[in-house]
Formats: sequence, C-alpha cells, structure tokens
Amino acid sequence: MKTANEITASDKVPESWMPLLELAAREVFEIMLGCKLEVQTAAGPVPGDFTAMVGLAGQLCGLLTLRCSANSAALMASKMLGTDVKEADPQMWDAVGEIANMIAGNFKNKLTGMGDRCLLSVPTVITGSDYSFRSMADTGPLEVALVFEGAPISVAVEVHS
Amino acid sequence: MKKIRALIVDDSSVMRKIVERSIRQAGIDLAEVREAANGAEGLGALKDQGVDLILCDINMPVMDGLEFLRQLHTVENAKGVPVVMITTEGSESHVVQALSIGARGYIRKPFTPEQVKEHVVPLLENVK
Repeated sequence: MKTANEITASDKVPESWMPLLELAAREVFEIMLGCKLEVQTAAGPVPGDFTAMVGLAGQLCGLLTLRCSANSAALMASKMLGTDVKEADPQMWDAVGEIANMIAGNFKNKLTGMGDRCLLSVPTVITGSDYSFRSMADTGPLEVALVFEGAPISVAVEVHS
Repeated sequence: MKKIRALIVDDSSVMRKIVERSIRQAGIDLAEVREAANGAEGLGALKDQGVDLILCDINMPVMDGLEFLRQLHTVENAKGVPVVMITTEGSESHVVQALSIGARGYIRKPFTPEQVKEHVVPLLENVK
C-alpha cells in the first residue's frame, strides 16, 4: 500500500486506498446507522441532491465527498436519530455532514502514519443538483459507489499530490 | 450512582442527540443534559451551574475542543468535572494533547454505546 510520501510522486490516488475508503464508509454506516452498505453492481448516476464535503489538510491534502439523494439524506438522519423520516427531515444537512466527517476521519486513520499528519475541516453540505464544483486536487478522484437502503450513494476522495 | 448532569459540546445537533442516547444506553441516569455547539458556548453553559460530566468534540467552529479544555480550569463550576473527548480526530497526538490538558477519556467516532459505557461509567463512580 502506498504511504502519504509515495503519493506525492504520483498523479493518481493509489487504487489500494479503495478498500480502505469502502471499509471506512461501511463502518460508519454499520456503527452509527445500524445498516449495511452494499456494493453498487450496475454503474449508474448517483443523485447529487446532497453533497457533503470535508477538507483534508496537511500531508494528505484534498477533499472527501459524500453524495446522495434527498430521500437517502432524510433516511440517514432518521436512522442516526432513531426517529421517523418526517421528524428527522430538518436534520438532513447536519446528518449527512457528520457522516462525511466520520468517514473522512475513519479513512485517514486507516492510512499508515496519516492520523497525525492530516487534519479535517468542519463539513460543508451543498443541496441541489444544478451546480458544479472544482477541487484544486490534481489527482483523479477515487470513488466508491455503494447502495444505502436500496439507493445509490457515492463516497469519493481527491488529493493534491 | 446518582442522577447525572451532563454537558455535551458538539457542533452537530445530530451528534449531540446520539451522544445523549448513548449515555442513556450505557445505563447512566441523566437528570439534566445541557448542549453547546462549540467550546465558547460550552464554557458559557457552565457559568451559573456545574455538571457531573462533560463530553466534547474537538473540531468545532468558534472555539475547538482543545481550547475549551485549556480554558475550562478558569471556570469555577468545572473544577474536577471529568471531560471525555468524542471526536473523529483519532490521531495519537490529539489523544496525548487532550489527555495532557485535562481530558480523562477519549472516544473515536464512529463509536458504539458500549464504548461510551466503558469510558464514561468508571469516571462517574465517585459522583455523589
């Protein structure tokens, strides 16, 4: 597996990080929401109604994003709070941001030697699908396509080399 | 164990609810729960009356959890109150730093109610 030092000489996020990113997401959903994520078998677009972003700074510098539909965001909030979806609705932004934050922290702690050398920003959540954003990261994104309660979600990380 | 007054400091309201639920699931009887969205609010919440337990995030806007810990000793009502950090910042240096400035425990997110019980219950044994 590539370390943080090795990625500085590369123009791509190491593929070996993919299982760590997937595991980081799975653990957060299992522990905090009590549900298992499945791997998306058929490639398809992930609705981008909600995009949560957490910045990575330090030796590992870049961005982690979590994208999902509004329905999925409401369901995530509902599962985290243990309430029905309607009641959890106003907490969607907070819930999706916090999930992204935990995935980012869990992911960086799984990278050898990265825990101490990478800091996280507080999360930012964008709603609506008619937007584009450009990360200053210069590697291609490493994206894991997963299924949460029957709906596609995406977790991706891009880094500055 | 008597009923506990707790202060939960986290910028996520969802996370504050989860922490509260985890404390209850740990079998801790809560008499009162105060919430604060950052360290400055947390210090303010202790101004008039103390608590028996503080659970605090690290990454927060306005005042982060480590600065909150540094300033906590200036609050008369907070003297001797155990503080447990609950955070995504799980690096060794953060743990060492938090423990060196007064935290009594450290829980990494994501966490289970069992972890909350393991770290928090022993700190409350002397609460009268």
